[in-house]
Amino acid sequence: MSEAPSPAQMVAALLAVDPQGLGGVVLRGMPGPGRDGFLAALRDALPEETPWRRLPLSISDSRLLGGMDLSATLRAGRPISERGLLAEADGGIVIAAMAERLTPLTTAQLCAALDRGMVVAAREGIGVEHAANIAVVALDEGIEEGEIAPSALRDRLAFLVETDRLATPSAATRDEVLMARLRLAHVEISDDAIAALAATSLVLGIDSLRAPLLAVRAARAQAALAGRDVVSEEDISLAGALVLAPRATRIPQSEHEEAEPPPPEPETPPENSDKQPDPAQGQMEDRVLEAIKAAIPAGLLAMLQAAALRNQRAKTGGKAGAWQKSGKRGRPGSTRRGEPGPKARLNLIETLRTAAPWQPLRRAESASLAAVLVRPEDFMVTRFRQRQERTTIFVVDASGSLAANRLAEAKGAVELLLAECYVRRDQVAMIAFRGKGAEILLPPTRSLVRAKRALRQLPGGGGTPLAAGIASSAALAEQIARKGGAPAIVLLTDGSANIARDTSPGRIQAGLDAMEEARGLRGAGRCSLVVDTSQRPAVAAQNLADAMGAVYLPMPYADATGLSRAVQSVLPKD
Amino acid sequence: MALAFPFSAIAGQEEMKQAILIAAIDPGVGGVLAFGDRGTGKSTTVRALAALLPQMQAVAGCRYRCDPAQASRLCSDCRERRTHGPLPVETVSVPVVDLPLGASEDRVVGALDLERALAKGEKAFEPGLLARANRGFLYVDEVNLLEDHLVDLLIDVAASGENVVERDGLSVRHPARFVLVGSGNPEEGELRPQLLDRFGMSVEVKTPTDLATRILVVRRRDAFDRDPEAFIAAWAAEDATLRAKIVAAHAHLPTVDVPDSVLESASRLCIALGTDGLRAELTLMRTARALAALHGRDEVTEAELREVAPSALRHRLRRNPLDDSGSTVRVERALAELFGA
Repeated sequence: MSEAPSPAQMVAALLAVDPQGLGGVVLRGMPGPGRDGFLAALRDALPEETPWRRLPLSISDSRLLGGMDLSATLRAGRPISERGLLAEADGGIVIAAMAERLTPLTTAQLCAALDRGMVVAAREGIGVEHAANIAVVALDEGIEEGEIAPSALRDRLAFLVETDRLATPSAATRDEVLMARLRLAHVEISDDAIAALAATSLVLGIDSLRAPLLAVRAARAQAALAGRDVVSEEDISLAGALVLAPRATRIPQSEHEEAEPPPPEPETPPENSDKQPDPAQGQMEDRVLEAIKAAIPAGLLAMLQAAALRNQRAKTGGKAGAWQKSGKRGRPGSTRRGEPGPKARLNLIETLRTAAPWQPLRRAESASLAAVLVRPEDFMVTRFRQRQERTTIFVVDASGSLAANRLAEAKGAVELLLAECYVRRDQVAMIAFRGKGAEILLPPTRSLVRAKRALRQLPGGGGTPLAAGIASSAALAEQIARKGGAPAIVLLTDGSANIARDTSPGRIQAGLDAMEEARGLRGAGRCSLVVDTSQRPAVAAQNLADAMGAVYLPMPYADATGLSRAVQSVLPKD
Repeated sequence: MALAFPFSAIAGQEEMKQAILIAAIDPGVGGVLAFGDRGTGKSTTVRALAALLPQMQAVAGCRYRCDPAQASRLCSDCRERRTHGPLPVETVSVPVVDLPLGASEDRVVGALDLERALAKGEKAFEPGLLARANRGFLYVDEVNLLEDHLVDLLIDVAASGENVVERDGLSVRHPARFVLVGSGNPEEGELRPQLLDRFGMSVEVKTPTDLATRILVVRRRDAFDRDPEAFIAAWAAEDATLRAKIVAAHAHLPTVDVPDSVLESASRLCIALGTDGLRAELTLMRTARALAALHGRDEVTEAELREVAPSALRHRLRRNPLDDSGSTVRVERALAELFGA
């Protein structure tokens, strides 16, 4: 195996052969030699004139899609459009930096260009279509599990590569790539090979149909690169290892591997081998599957199990944070006449529009040679109401110290608050602490259904690791705030604790740890509310609230309206 | 520019395809929302629609393609022209207009014609996407990512069938009756109930789990990508058959009878599900009738009613945001209770 390049080393060369067909690659990892090496190899393999455009995170719609070229318009006295970045990149590569932070809107624009090979701009007095056959190289620098390039984009890019593990890419020369491109149009793939890739993706628990399709294209590119006119079984295996393996959500068991614990499966998959009419095809599938399994990184199984557990709770697990975070860009307030100021930006296009009809008239009465005569009364301004997205984090004591009926009441209170959040279109997240530690039951989401399901399945009993609960909420709040959101913490507890931070039992240390975490929360300046769930208002919870700098609310008095009013008072205002 | 995948070649996704056909047969049912998994061909299906639509008659030279047979819906220009004599008629394609994300309001509703204003100093109205979609389809991909002020606009125009522009010193109103088609992935956000209500049907699109269908999807898509023209040609006959069926069903539609017993069943179903107002029942009836027309029947039966009920009703059950049993399940449960399994 030493002389042949590993599958991952082939990615750059394959992408150079069929960039538009394969969509691109997600390079996950920090900047470093792995990533740089990949980009250099890709660039060297692509024809010299191939466009190579970097997409800045904060790109405006008009720059991305195209719009009016203001200076040219003014010069010419008629509307002149300019191409956006996507159209400029036609036939080439778009590098999406910090892809884990792409906004849903920019992501959707990229995906639309990937799907259609063109960009439609309907903006600012301009309506144009440009060809935009692009491939995307998404640089995903996410560190935490939830920080990841948007799944809509990952779904459309053939390759998902971890750059830290990446060896120097196998170099393909420009000539080799050009030869392969010529050959590509004639490379045949058998129906059995397509069936094998489709079946394998199903067995690996890959839902999207784009995955097997991209694998078919990768196999074809590999065959073309190797100088073959027909896709071979090796090509299929390589394509499977590159395109399908990183997307596997479960690893099928074969007979020899029964020692491994079976991954939990929410539902039985429509099974593999018993449906195969053609035994030869079944064999090819098995061999392809083995090759793919060899490519699945070690440790994935454990990750899959964790993911599957999460999925049971919250239907779609891993993709949390990054997606929902950036959310609304806020509604740009109406455009109207007025003076530009700190909260109102001059809207040049609208100003020109306003001025336009008057031009012949003004020119007649003015000696000025300016192309457009704009007067102060033409000024149009746009007011932006950038709304920070609020996320309410519920931290629920689910330990045995909270008697079963109190837990039910606490759940009821949370449900009421959820309904409030729904009306306000806020996000909610949920953390439960019991036994040895705290757990994020629900990453920030706007889906009420998921929240309710998480709440309902919340088990009770065990020790009370209050410190862990507070620490976990502080970490999540920090994460949300970093992404520009406004977090608020609602802690439901009776204030008692009996599991310390180091998970050892003992009331005294546990209490001290909890108070320390609480003070930390206050230090971070988080908005918080402590709902005292004890039978009678207790000193413990009140002290905790004081330490946190939280609003204190005993539940005996917390009826529906009381609770929601209390939360309203705590939540950051618009 | 980009060639569309042929409708007849789309494997699986029967509910979505049926909803699209129903909307093509009777635009009055009010649009389709396709919500669901990634990579299931939602936008492919919608974009395939254009090739299936029969031609229609329109006033020649009219920017809104007014229907000469509908005097009450003529735009002001056509009304004016009609006083001078009969309106000239031409045959045009039914428009399927994309509302791209990132579109600015002026392109959607229309605005001052900048070119004429700059060059000649004339104040003229340049129609927007809503005008282009009149008497056709307006498609919004990733509809849940559409900016709020555009959503407001769509909600308003979709209900009134008229676009009123008051900007740039212009005061224009023109007909804007279109079938709204939206698609999206629910993980990226939910839709406002008011917008949901504008869609006659909503379908849940799931990724197919049976191997045969999946193989078919990949194989056909691969063949299409390799040689789109040849692929489209290979499916042209199938698409033509389907188009003929739509034309026949459209013509047949006015004669399809709805028996009282079926009307009663529809009402009982809506009451059992607690849907708001009469819109649910009306849509249910219209979709069932369009389906009966597609099947070549003279009369709507309970079978059609049951078939369309999930599409016509599932997005109208938003009474209790905390009820987490899926709305499809609730519709099917009510159907089973009322009509037996």
